[in-house]
Amino acid sequence: MNAYEIVKKSREKGRPTALRYIEELVEGFIELHGDRRFADDAAIVGGVGWLCGMPVTVIGIEKGEDTNDKLAHNFGCAHPEGYRKAMRLMREAEKFHRPVLCLVDTSGAYCGIGAEERGQAEAIANSIMEMIRLKTPALSVLIGEGGSGGALGLSAADEVWITETSTYSVISPEGCASILWKDSAKVAEACECLKLTATDLLALGAVDRIVEEKGFSEEFFTSLKGEIAAFFREKAKIPAEELIETRYRRFRKF
Amino acid sequence: MKFDFKKFFFKKPLNALEGTEEAAAPQAEAEPQEAAIPEKLAEKCEGCGQIVLSDEMKENFGVCPKCGHYKKMDARARIAMCAEEFTELFADVEGGDPLGFPGYAEKLAALREKTGEKDAVVCGTAKIGGCACAVFSMDYRFQMGSMGHAVGEKITALFEYAAVEKLPVVGFVLSGGARMQEGIVSLMQMAKTSAAVAKHSEAGLLYIAVLTDPTTGGVSASFAFEADIIVAEKGALIGFAGPRVIEQTIRQKLPEGFQRAELLLQKGFVDRIAERKELKETLAALLKLHAAEVTA
Repeated sequence: MNAYEIVKKSREKGRPTALRYIEELVEGFIELHGDRRFADDAAIVGGVGWLCGMPVTVIGIEKGEDTNDKLAHNFGCAHPEGYRKAMRLMREAEKFHRPVLCLVDTSGAYCGIGAEERGQAEAIANSIMEMIRLKTPALSVLIGEGGSGGALGLSAADEVWITETSTYSVISPEGCASILWKDSAKVAEACECLKLTATDLLALGAVDRIVEEKGFSEEFFTSLKGEIAAFFREKAKIPAEELIETRYRRFRKF
Repeated sequence: MKFDFKKFFFKKPLNALEGTEEAAAPQAEAEPQEAAIPEKLAEKCEGCGQIVLSDEMKENFGVCPKCGHYKKMDARARIAMCAEEFTELFADVEGGDPLGFPGYAEKLAALREKTGEKDAVVCGTAKIGGCACAVFSMDYRFQMGSMGHAVGEKITALFEYAAVEKLPVVGFVLSGGARMQEGIVSLMQMAKTSAAVAKHSEAGLLYIAVLTDPTTGGVSASFAFEADIIVAEKGALIGFAGPRVIEQTIRQKLPEGFQRAELLLQKGFVDRIAERKELKETLAALLKLHAAEVTA
């Protein structure tokens, strides 16, 4: 598959969204709503549950499945209150020494009047800053589109994994093509230039592991669950200070 | 800078819209830039279009005496206006072309030659109103202050240095966002700088950000909005997405004054608005107060 095909795949209808991952990976999930400031943003779902017998906090960017569902979740484009909810849940996880799993799938943070007036930039900035200093283990898995700051807001983790046909980029290929060549038809070319595929990202060090998709079969979810649990168990042994310092160095290298 | 007659007469000066539009990944409107005449006696104000004496403009801190328009300041002019005893740090840091992005290496080389800067930020130590601090200042002439490796690296190194030396940081922010041509590497600068800001903050040290026109995209969504105190320059465009991108998304015109410093103040996202002529004074007062010990 070339980069453009992967981009299309990452956005494909029928691809499992964050809630499906939560259903497959987490037992006894209890969703927790709201940022305690303004609203509950349905583009970001979060809560607590059990992963292989381990209590975890899970935060996912949810795109929605059918049209109505997509509208309800604002197509996975979060408002500031979504990032503030995520921060609140991460702080709660930290207080109870629980690891945090983030499932990232967004074309980008929402851009609109309300989002700007309520401080989209401030919300993302502080989400990154808080997550990167979190005292408990954090793992982000890119499960579809990793759209710019909106994705990074939930990806300042100890490790960032990516499924085979997911992407992670500073700008959408459409945006890149229109800025650079004033030609939105050159999307395929932009996809190549941006080096946004899993293999490119691994080579650049932006992701730490590529997760085989196996057609998103039962086997895929079972093995992913096992890998996440093993990762959290390993990280749980590390003192908070060392965890934070290692995370610092992970991002310092760029 | 020496005036190069050959260049001036034989090369078409950059149109205000050339060279800046592809500056930053997400957003920032291409704003009108300096007029085409270097070393000039008079210049045309970008706000009202009237001819203003350059000396008069300079004395007025780059604010048009006729209409009050704020002319963009390059990184070193900004430092010179607000600080004394500036000593540059990390001057050798420069960025590469991590993705092998078409045309980027040439563009960087051309910008370096044109501006005399290696990239879009100048860092160092200085005194403001007698208070020692670390400063960074971003440069609009270099791809509208967009952040790639060089900008992220210098700002990170400055916060690390300031944490060790126990210095407050004063940052003059100006950026259209992340630098698209460095792809994911530029996105990672947001995380890198944020981590360094957090470390500096945890050491109990002050960080004041001065948001100038424009502050958008990946820079606003990282170190710009992570400061203890955020001062915005009067009228500055500050936001996450650029106005054009928002208009295209929501298919409606944005209201007057949207994403301007004054609206952000009203909405609670900046602490103060400073006029340029009082900026230094404001910074000095804040630094002095934060340096003081509370005595019983």
